[in-house]
Amino acid sequence: MDKILVLIFGLLSILFTYWYFFMKKINTVQAEGIVEILVDGGYKPEQISIPYGKTTKLIFHRKDSSSCLEEVVIADFKVRKFLPLNEKTEIEINPTKKGEFDFSCGMGMFHGKLIVK
Amino acid sequence: MKTKQTFAIKGMHCASCVYTSEKALKTISGVTEAVVNLTTGKATLTSETPIEKNKIIDAVKSVGYQAMFPTYAKASVGKEETLDDKIKTEKIRELKDLKIKVIVSLFLSSFIVWGSFPGLMNTAPDIVKNMFYHFFLASIIQFWGAYDFYKATVSSLRHRIANMDTLVVIGTTVAYLYSTAVVFYPGFFERLNLKVEPYFDVSTVIIGLILLGRFLEAQAKAGTGEAIKKLIGLQAKTARVIRDKKEIDISIDEVVAGDLIRVRPGEKIPVDGVIVEGESAIDESMVTGESMPASKYKGDTVIGATMNKSGSFVYKATKVGKDTMLSQIIKLVEEAQGSKAPIQRLADIISSYFVPIVIMLAIATFVGWYVFIPSGGLVLAMLNSIAVLIIACPCAMGLATPTAIMVGTGIGAQHGILIKDAESLETAHKIKAIIFDKTGTLTKGQPEVTDVVITDSNARHRVFSTATPQRGPWRLSQKQVSSLLIFAASIEKHSEHPLGEAIVKKAEEEKLQLIKVNKFKSITGKGVEALVNGKKIYVGKLLKNLSIKEADRLKNQGKTVVYVYVEDKLAGLIAIADTVKETAREAVQQLQNLRINVFMITGDNKQTAQAIAVQVGIKKENVLAEVLPEEKEKKVKELQGREQKFLFRTKNTVAFVGDGINDAPALASADVGIAMGTGTDVAIEAAGITLVNKNLMSVVSAIKLSKQTMKTIKLNLFWAFAYNVVLIPVAMMGLISPILASGAMAISSISVITNSLFLKKAKII
Repeated sequence: MDKILVLIFGLLSILFTYWYFFMKKINTVQAEGIVEILVDGGYKPEQISIPYGKTTKLIFHRKDSSSCLEEVVIADFKVRKFLPLNEKTEIEINPTKKGEFDFSCGMGMFHGKLIVK
Repeated sequence: MKTKQTFAIKGMHCASCVYTSEKALKTISGVTEAVVNLTTGKATLTSETPIEKNKIIDAVKSVGYQAMFPTYAKASVGKEETLDDKIKTEKIRELKDLKIKVIVSLFLSSFIVWGSFPGLMNTAPDIVKNMFYHFFLASIIQFWGAYDFYKATVSSLRHRIANMDTLVVIGTTVAYLYSTAVVFYPGFFERLNLKVEPYFDVSTVIIGLILLGRFLEAQAKAGTGEAIKKLIGLQAKTARVIRDKKEIDISIDEVVAGDLIRVRPGEKIPVDGVIVEGESAIDESMVTGESMPASKYKGDTVIGATMNKSGSFVYKATKVGKDTMLSQIIKLVEEAQGSKAPIQRLADIISSYFVPIVIMLAIATFVGWYVFIPSGGLVLAMLNSIAVLIIACPCAMGLATPTAIMVGTGIGAQHGILIKDAESLETAHKIKAIIFDKTGTLTKGQPEVTDVVITDSNARHRVFSTATPQRGPWRLSQKQVSSLLIFAASIEKHSEHPLGEAIVKKAEEEKLQLIKVNKFKSITGKGVEALVNGKKIYVGKLLKNLSIKEADRLKNQGKTVVYVYVEDKLAGLIAIADTVKETAREAVQQLQNLRINVFMITGDNKQTAQAIAVQVGIKKENVLAEVLPEEKEKKVKELQGREQKFLFRTKNTVAFVGDGINDAPALASADVGIAMGTGTDVAIEAAGITLVNKNLMSVVSAIKLSKQTMKTIKLNLFWAFAYNVVLIPVAMMGLISPILASGAMAISSISVITNSLFLKKAKII
């Protein structure tokens, strides 16, 4: 009996894990010239739409002391920047190509996305 | 002349404040640019003439903030906390915190192990064996030692993200909660036929070892970014500027283009510029990687951050602030370190799905051991699933490529090899063919007079080679050589032909006095003609079509021959050639040793091209001569498509080495464009790799660096993947204890970083 319960519970947990981490909906935030991104256990907002050909200031506000999030990497724009804790770090981006560009922490564990339209 | 004013703005706390204050500052008349930085709280105004402070203060006040000006003295010695300082303080604090936690956690957990490990526990006093005592120690480690893991897990779970910390937290919390239940409700476990045995040793040792891993990792990681710190540290702090005929020491930030700066022996040159007075030998190794000091005279350019060795001189600043060569180099290296190598893509994709998959595998392990394995049971199921959670190491995968790229680009910069992005560094290791532009790349790019031939009264020719001065009978005609050079140079002084320049330069070197000429005439496509001392002199192509043995011999050596006629009679020949760089032959040889096919491309005729090719050791069939500048790109593409492997036509990886000025299309279409010796303009868009010096051995070094870096990355990735692919199933099968798992995990990421740091010892020269 207990084995059946564990089996059912285990399968449900696996499904829940899949749903919780892989099926989340991400809202896209429209940025007009400037956007503040909270760095705390991830990036908030996670997905940002920025205009093509215009300079957008991304202001990363790091509140998370985890060293995992100490750096932000926007590889397509060749940015790797240290974010001092509890401070706002400004990164200017002027996209000259359209598309979706990933940004992440130094080790590629946390991700965010810039959508250039 | 533009001026810049920097001051602090107080009271800003959000992004919109920046906009408001920038807008307010831009309304001040005369201001061309206003930039406000929220992070530093500083504003920089650019204007044609300095703006009065009151005007600025009022403008800032009108939008509700306060402008604060540093006093002059403060500005020059002003101690402002730079990003570098901040990183340093933060890292020191992080390491200190970690150190305390590591020591305390490992110390306390050792007591738990002593009091609970079979065999060891017999030697322990009763108090150490007490389960409540274990619970007390374990709680300290769980909630104080692992506090940061919990904090990171909670905030990332809110974003529906799982990371390394999540795995540690789930694994240790399960062990801790199970053990706590055993301590407080032993009866419940007895009824289930389970041993009353807590697993505090598992939770605490895991935390201790993972903290230790973090500590060592943080220490090692600091070493990967050292190169940039060194480059920033090269910057001079002050400059001795001559203003109003007085020499004053000012902060480097206040130096403007056009300032006259005095540099004494042993001092650092503050910014880029041109010498206007004096001469010196300058050690430029820190920027160009060239170990020999460079002699610099009036009119020569000097690079900021390099060291003045012997003389004292005054120079005019031409590039300051972010335009200096050093700033551009730092920017380039920073950008390269921010870019991603294509090889990293797979690791990126895997690591973004990795942690949730491991959680699912851990649950499956628990279910498997509990439900399907008869000898399993609750405890084994729990311990094995904890081992799965703990042994998984996504960090090693995430660190494998970036750490090696950081070290690799850093080493490059120290040797004057600037890599634009990680992709170029990656591609360079696959180079199969390399095309060198001839003029200015393989050769010095400045034609020089190499031989002078005199036609004597018997119409015999006697050669004077400047490369190997001859003795004996030749001395007699030294005078003749001088007079021939004087005639030719006096006329050529009026022409603008590069060959003419070489003749004039030669005459100047020989300290010959030039003569005034009359009736100068340029005959298009032929040469130049004038009256010198009443004699009709012609310098240029051969006038009558006859074969001169000496001329043919010189032409076969790839030299250009200019004929000098006096009163319509051939008086002599002057041979001019572009000389090969000293390092060319060795570089070509070494590239060939690396199994790279070396080509030469030039617009010159075949004869000249072949002669140079022989000198540098390039194969005859690899000479691409008489190629128009616009056709160079086409040749690159041709070579890219040349490789045939079995039945497939694969693209050949081709590098093009040029000076970056007129070779831009070829540099861009090559798989790796290498621009070399570009003076102070290092940011060449078309090139993937820019070599600051003109030493051709740097090309070899760049390729060696790429090969070494790729070797490191591949080893790192192999290790990181193999580790996870092998050990996760091993843990699922119950073949590894959670404590061993945590040890393996800690070692795996450190070994990846250490391997990247080994790159520093790689021989690239």
